[in-house]
Amino acid sequence: MANRCAVIGIGQTKHTDRRLDVNHVGLVREACNRALEDARLPWKNIDALVIGKAPDTIEGVICPELYMAEALGMAGKPLFRVHTAGSVGGATAIVGTELIGAGLHDKVLVLGWQKQSESDITWALSPNLPFDPPLMAGAGGFFAPHFREYIRRSGAPDHIGIKVAVKDRRHALRNPYAHLHQPSVCFEEIRDTPMLWDPLRYGETCPSSDGACAMVLSSEKFADHGSARPAWIHATEMRSEPTIMPGRDEVNPRAGRDCAAALYKKTGITNPRKEFDCAEIYVAFSWFEPMLAETLGFAEPGEGWKLSDSGATSLEDGGDIPWNCSGGVLSSNPIGASGTLRFAEAALQVRGQAGERQVDGARLALAHALGGASQFFAMWIVGSEKP
Amino acid sequence: MREVAIIAFGQTPNRRKELHRNDAEMVAPVVAEVLKGVGLSRRDVDFTCSGSSDFLAGYSFSWVMAIDALGAWPPIQESHVEGEAAWALYEAWVKMLCQEEIEVALVYGFGRQSMSSPREVMVLMNDPYLETPLWPDTISQAALQARALLDAGLCTERDFAEIAVRNLRHAESNPLAQLSGRPDPDALLETPTIASPLRKHDCPPITDGACAVLLAAGDRARELCNRPAWIRGLAHRIDVQALGRRDLTHSHSARLAAEAAGAIGTRVDIAELHAPFTPQDWILQRELEITEGTVINPSGGIHQGNPMMGAGLVRFGEVAARIIRGEADRGVAHATQGPCLQQNMVGVLEGE
Amino acid sequence: MADAQKPVTYIKTPIAIHYDYSIGTGSSTFMRAIREGRILGSRCPDTGKVYVPPRLSSVETASPMSELVELPDRGVVYTYCIVNIKFYDQVLEIPYAYAYIVLDGADSAIMHLIQECSVEEMRPGMRVQAVWKDPSEWTESLENIRYFKPTGEADLPIDTIMNQIRKKSYA
Repeated sequence: MANRCAVIGIGQTKHTDRRLDVNHVGLVREACNRALEDARLPWKNIDALVIGKAPDTIEGVICPELYMAEALGMAGKPLFRVHTAGSVGGATAIVGTELIGAGLHDKVLVLGWQKQSESDITWALSPNLPFDPPLMAGAGGFFAPHFREYIRRSGAPDHIGIKVAVKDRRHALRNPYAHLHQPSVCFEEIRDTPMLWDPLRYGETCPSSDGACAMVLSSEKFADHGSARPAWIHATEMRSEPTIMPGRDEVNPRAGRDCAAALYKKTGITNPRKEFDCAEIYVAFSWFEPMLAETLGFAEPGEGWKLSDSGATSLEDGGDIPWNCSGGVLSSNPIGASGTLRFAEAALQVRGQAGERQVDGARLALAHALGGASQFFAMWIVGSEKP
Repeated sequence: MREVAIIAFGQTPNRRKELHRNDAEMVAPVVAEVLKGVGLSRRDVDFTCSGSSDFLAGYSFSWVMAIDALGAWPPIQESHVEGEAAWALYEAWVKMLCQEEIEVALVYGFGRQSMSSPREVMVLMNDPYLETPLWPDTISQAALQARALLDAGLCTERDFAEIAVRNLRHAESNPLAQLSGRPDPDALLETPTIASPLRKHDCPPITDGACAVLLAAGDRARELCNRPAWIRGLAHRIDVQALGRRDLTHSHSARLAAEAAGAIGTRVDIAELHAPFTPQDWILQRELEITEGTVINPSGGIHQGNPMMGAGLVRFGEVAARIIRGEADRGVAHATQGPCLQQNMVGVLEGE
Repeated sequence: MADAQKPVTYIKTPIAIHYDYSIGTGSSTFMRAIREGRILGSRCPDTGKVYVPPRLSSVETASPMSELVELPDRGVVYTYCIVNIKFYDQVLEIPYAYAYIVLDGADSAIMHLIQECSVEEMRPGMRVQAVWKDPSEWTESLENIRYFKPTGEADLPIDTIMNQIRKKSYA
């Protein structure tokens, strides 16, 4: 039986396209310092650090956490690096949870980060390898055909993607840390942005961000140490499926369905839409919202777009299951941190610390991170009650 | 604490260059071998974790394609560490300690460093602002450490050569070894230096390879293996990286890891030390307090091969294999990453 | 003098590393065949699914796949995307469509360019045929096929085809 684990401190940077004012260390320490302040702990009281980041080609340094060890307060302590592509931020939090669950440590700092301005992000994400004809560039180009297939399968109207993008960008206006702040954002504005990979418009894609997010996780012994009530981690789950498999369904991946089902089973959730107060879901491109709504059990297959269309996922519209009150990945995407941000924002909600993006009375929240070719899933459930 | 053991180990023959197979094709037979050895199918594996390096492979997300070699259907619980696979072993161990439903875990590591020049590539594992622009390659950095040992009067170049001789002699009984033999230490000392005071025999070979271990918990381990190699202690620690900020004649983090793993002051039959350079072997013997009765690197150590990102995991596998075969009762395994023994993992394994 | 007072905020450090890249045995088999104008796949002994390009082992079951299958250069569009964005080493004129194409007899899809078809005519289920470069230009590359073009035949029920493929799964 695993030891209980709680989030007692949360910190993040102001995410932006280019942090010229800080180097790698400055970036991550900004997030860590805020998390430690929130946890009311000094650096030296941290037992271990788990750090997550997506490809090192993005900063051009192999395992930068190694050279940053001292600056991260880990000289003489255990430092651990996770890399599970886009879901890494979530996987990192899960490893941190397990270190406490196993009774190895009491206070673990979990950190996700990425400084995408430092190299060519398009190259870093899709280097054209020999023998492969260069057909598409960027993650959007990879996912666009699957969005088209979703639209065909579900009969979703064209405007759904735009609506999701508008919602998340409007949410971001309530989040001082979000990268994209577009005060004038509205349906027409997103609709009129250039079509990049049909059906995906520029306004429906995530930005490329420099950013970091840190959480202090603790055992039950230190759960009340933070400046706000703890966010108890009720359950975590991960699933992966192959990249290229004949008949693989990238639109509704089994790894996602299995991950969510296993997670809900652990905690007795049978109706995620009704039982969660809010969710932070890795929606990097607008159409992921209706698709993931189906994969993660918030809507029946073919009906996910109706959830998005109805305003149910909008905090502004008073929806009953707000998704991505933080603005989500659509508003800030430092890849290595994006998963941690989802997990952290869910924890912020149940700790009542989400400020203007707070869902009133949020007590139970779901977080999800997605990686690779819609193949890596990491999820957790946090609540204000002890599990 | 839940009992977790290594129950199987496999690796590719250590070769200078894997010409034909890609990473997934290299990993697949090794994984198949370890599963077959204990009569398991891939569906019996509850958690999988791997270690590798995107920069070694030359492209981002390079480890993702290796998942296609695992038969990951239905979808699996899987994770990945960027770097040495011994840390993937650690992640699997931790998961098994706190999740009872994880009874069997597969850990694998792989790398084809022959595709580029590792000496060049690994320069990028340094402080990008102050150090990388000087292009400090791994051999030069290790040479600085060797020089520190010589200048402190702690070692001679002959001591380094004798470590290589010991490894090469042990490697003779290892059919998968890349290098082996019985060279004369004086003859070795006649060879030219690559980066003074290091000579070819002091440095790791370039090896392409993959390796895998299977972990199992409690009674499941006993069902699957006659003599599981129980993990009695496992810990890792890290030092400051900058070479100028450390006493290079020591590896403080290796010492701390060994203490935390319970490896200090305890009798062990064998020790597998992941020392890519011979002077580092000397340092580790001191930090881990390896005594005379302990056989060091019965596999041949790094001279048997240096499948980067897997060589540390191989050390754990080699200790476990000998315990499983009844050739040893208790052993210590060590893995490292980062320049000059910056980050270290130590484990104590024991048979019942 | 003004420049000397501006703080340094970044330094550009170009990195160049050279790799000898090998695509592996399965894909090499594919490339050697395509150099001769042939398309090869491999069949999974457990599910019967045909993979293009061939693999050494089944992605689903990890069983070795030794049976090679020769495939025609025609198939059907599963799904597709229309590209409107220029990227740095792009050689194609925008807008262009690329599609996942299931070749006749294959179970996995290959990705390739669609031409001789207006973007409005692009649709799932469309029958397509490869248009090759002149054989004198053939090398070890999928670019021996310049693009796929519509054949004009009746569309195929792609939903049914994909569902049938999915049913062949081992689990």
